[in-house]
Amino acid sequence: MVATKETIDKVKEVSSTYKYGFVTDLEAEKAPLGLSEDIVKFISHKKKEPKWLLEWRLKAYKKWLSMEAPNWAMVDFPKINFQDIYYYSAPKTKPKLNSLDEVDPELLRTYEKLGIPIKEQEVLAGVAVDYVFDSVSVATTFREKLAKEGIIFCPISEAVQTYPDLVKKYIGSVIPISDNYYAALNSAVFTDGSFVYIPKGVKCPMELSTYFRINEQNSGQFERTLIIAEDDTYVSYLEGCTAPQRDENQLHAAVVELVAMNNAEIKYSTVQNWYPGDKDGNGGIYNFVTKRGNCIGKKSKISWTQVETGSAITWKYPSCVLKGDDSVGEFYSVAVANNAQQADTGTKMIHIGKNTKSTIISKGISAGKAQNTYRGQVQIQKNAKGSRNFTQCDSLLIGDKCGAHTVPYINQFTPHARVEHEATTSKISEDQLFYCLQRGLDTEQATSLIVNGFCKEVMKELPMEFAVEAQKLIGISLEGSVG
Amino acid sequence: MSLLEIKNAKLKLDDKDILKGLSLSVSKGEVHAIMGPNGSGKSTLSYMLAGRDGYELESGEVFLEGQSLSDMEADERARSGLFLAFQYPVELPGVGGMSFLREAVNSRRKFLGEEELDHLAFVKEARKVASKMFVKDEMLKRAVNVGFSGGEKKRFEILQMAMLKPKVSILDETDSGLDVDALKIVSDGVNAQRNDDNAIVVITHYQRLLDYIVPDFVHILSDGSIIKSGGPELALEVEKNGYAGLINAA
Repeated sequence: MVATKETIDKVKEVSSTYKYGFVTDLEAEKAPLGLSEDIVKFISHKKKEPKWLLEWRLKAYKKWLSMEAPNWAMVDFPKINFQDIYYYSAPKTKPKLNSLDEVDPELLRTYEKLGIPIKEQEVLAGVAVDYVFDSVSVATTFREKLAKEGIIFCPISEAVQTYPDLVKKYIGSVIPISDNYYAALNSAVFTDGSFVYIPKGVKCPMELSTYFRINEQNSGQFERTLIIAEDDTYVSYLEGCTAPQRDENQLHAAVVELVAMNNAEIKYSTVQNWYPGDKDGNGGIYNFVTKRGNCIGKKSKISWTQVETGSAITWKYPSCVLKGDDSVGEFYSVAVANNAQQADTGTKMIHIGKNTKSTIISKGISAGKAQNTYRGQVQIQKNAKGSRNFTQCDSLLIGDKCGAHTVPYINQFTPHARVEHEATTSKISEDQLFYCLQRGLDTEQATSLIVNGFCKEVMKELPMEFAVEAQKLIGISLEGSVG
Repeated sequence: MSLLEIKNAKLKLDDKDILKGLSLSVSKGEVHAIMGPNGSGKSTLSYMLAGRDGYELESGEVFLEGQSLSDMEADERARSGLFLAFQYPVELPGVGGMSFLREAVNSRRKFLGEEELDHLAFVKEARKVASKMFVKDEMLKRAVNVGFSGGEKKRFEILQMAMLKPKVSILDETDSGLDVDALKIVSDGVNAQRNDDNAIVVITHYQRLLDYIVPDFVHILSDGSIIKSGGPELALEVEKNGYAGLINAA
């Protein structure tokens, strides 16, 4: 356990210079294997949580026991043994290496293709360098700037201590513990995640990125994020990383809740590139995520943009509940599934208020033996007069062993609303490839160009710095799938 | 040395003989026209030269500047300076014309050992060339060939040719779908690129294109081989008597 000790020391060393520290619990030890009421208590105790949160966790745990894992998604995997998982362990960093020469060359090639600077490559690959201190200073300046505006951006475990009233008021208010199997599990055992609060009238001056959370890789498999935007606010939040992320935890069940008050806008962008497993799907991450936003206020707006290229299995439906009159929900998605990957992803748009509007643009790309399903629900409730939805689901097939599926559910309870659904399925044609090759592009360049063209409507929704990397990422994810 | 040398090329498609021993030699500074009736193998010839999958030679050989093309993939041939202006340019939804052009030009530059152009330098160059071709900026912002008229598609092909500066350009039925005005613009674009260092092979069904792009040599392709070669007057003979007379005489 020398390595673990070293790791803890290292983190301690960092955190002592790290005034606003994201690092919350450095004394962590591993909880025993498996899940029980005691484990839930252990986690809560370790995190020095108030009683109400422990009770909330226990309630979630009991609920979870009475629930069944959902089986309606078009994904196929062996039954998960929940007693064979560690629910709490010391923050782990990847094995420390002395230089980039010791890093898997394949990983380095990918970093290079993504255009990640050397310094960042070293941090990502877990090379023991001082650059962590650089990130600390960046993050600190960053937080000072936010604090000036009254914006709170911190780990949720810290928010539980510092802003208990806010957390208590909103946690579970969008996604109740009984919402679904994985959300209940997350509520019982979540370890950490982000907390964002934008006070009334403030437009957040910068993109909030988890990248600045230097110990992000330790947040673990049960992340919990809560973002609250008060009246007349704007915030853009970036989650994830284009660099391939490996994790020894196979199951990831995160929960993300967004709350938008009057005239508030939340833009939530995700690039997900968890390890997809080998060509036969061995060892990849199961990404079972519940994400939902409540447009409570009038003229509020929540926009989800996601680029999903990783994970062996993706089960994810970022949704919007449009309660406020004239509120707007948007979902822009690119889901790439190659080799043995399976993705069942989409959105729910629940129109409750009058004149609410939603837009769904989904681009699914399947290659190899992958199965890619769009599953979406548009519900227009009785009072949602004058509401409108537009849905466009496009699927692109590469090769002849993959599959694309579109499963839209439309429930309309008032005649005074308009719902449109368009869907297309296409293939990268030989003509298109040959045309590109004839202009001197190689097969991989050509595929990347054609696929990125196909995804353009979604990519343009991503913040600039994300978009460029995400474009490269899509190309890399499909390498070797053509020709 | 010939810039392009086709030696006794034979090619089958679905077990059917399409090219039956075609030979052709094209030198620097020359424009050759290959004329032939429908089904004579014109498009097959252009795909074979460009290296499209499924159009591999059964026997014979092709050389570009003395280098055999037989082991080169389509993209390598393109980077080496072989350009095909498509009869039916392909739509690439969502792929902006400018970025497509830039990737293509930089691939060629990289091959030639030249520095890749950055975005600004490229845009400047592309606009300069485009304006000569009456290609509006707006067209370069649109997705490649998507919603282009017949004339726009062909102009965009020739614009690509001008940007890539190929050694050998093959124009496959470039006149198809063009009205007289568009034909003139496209031909002017092609003529502007004729020089002592490159060569152009014009594949066409009709003589009228050759009024605008005047060839040095005309070849009649029939049933998979060249049955007659001559000067520009040969094209006029086709126009007057049709292919039938020539084919019967051969």
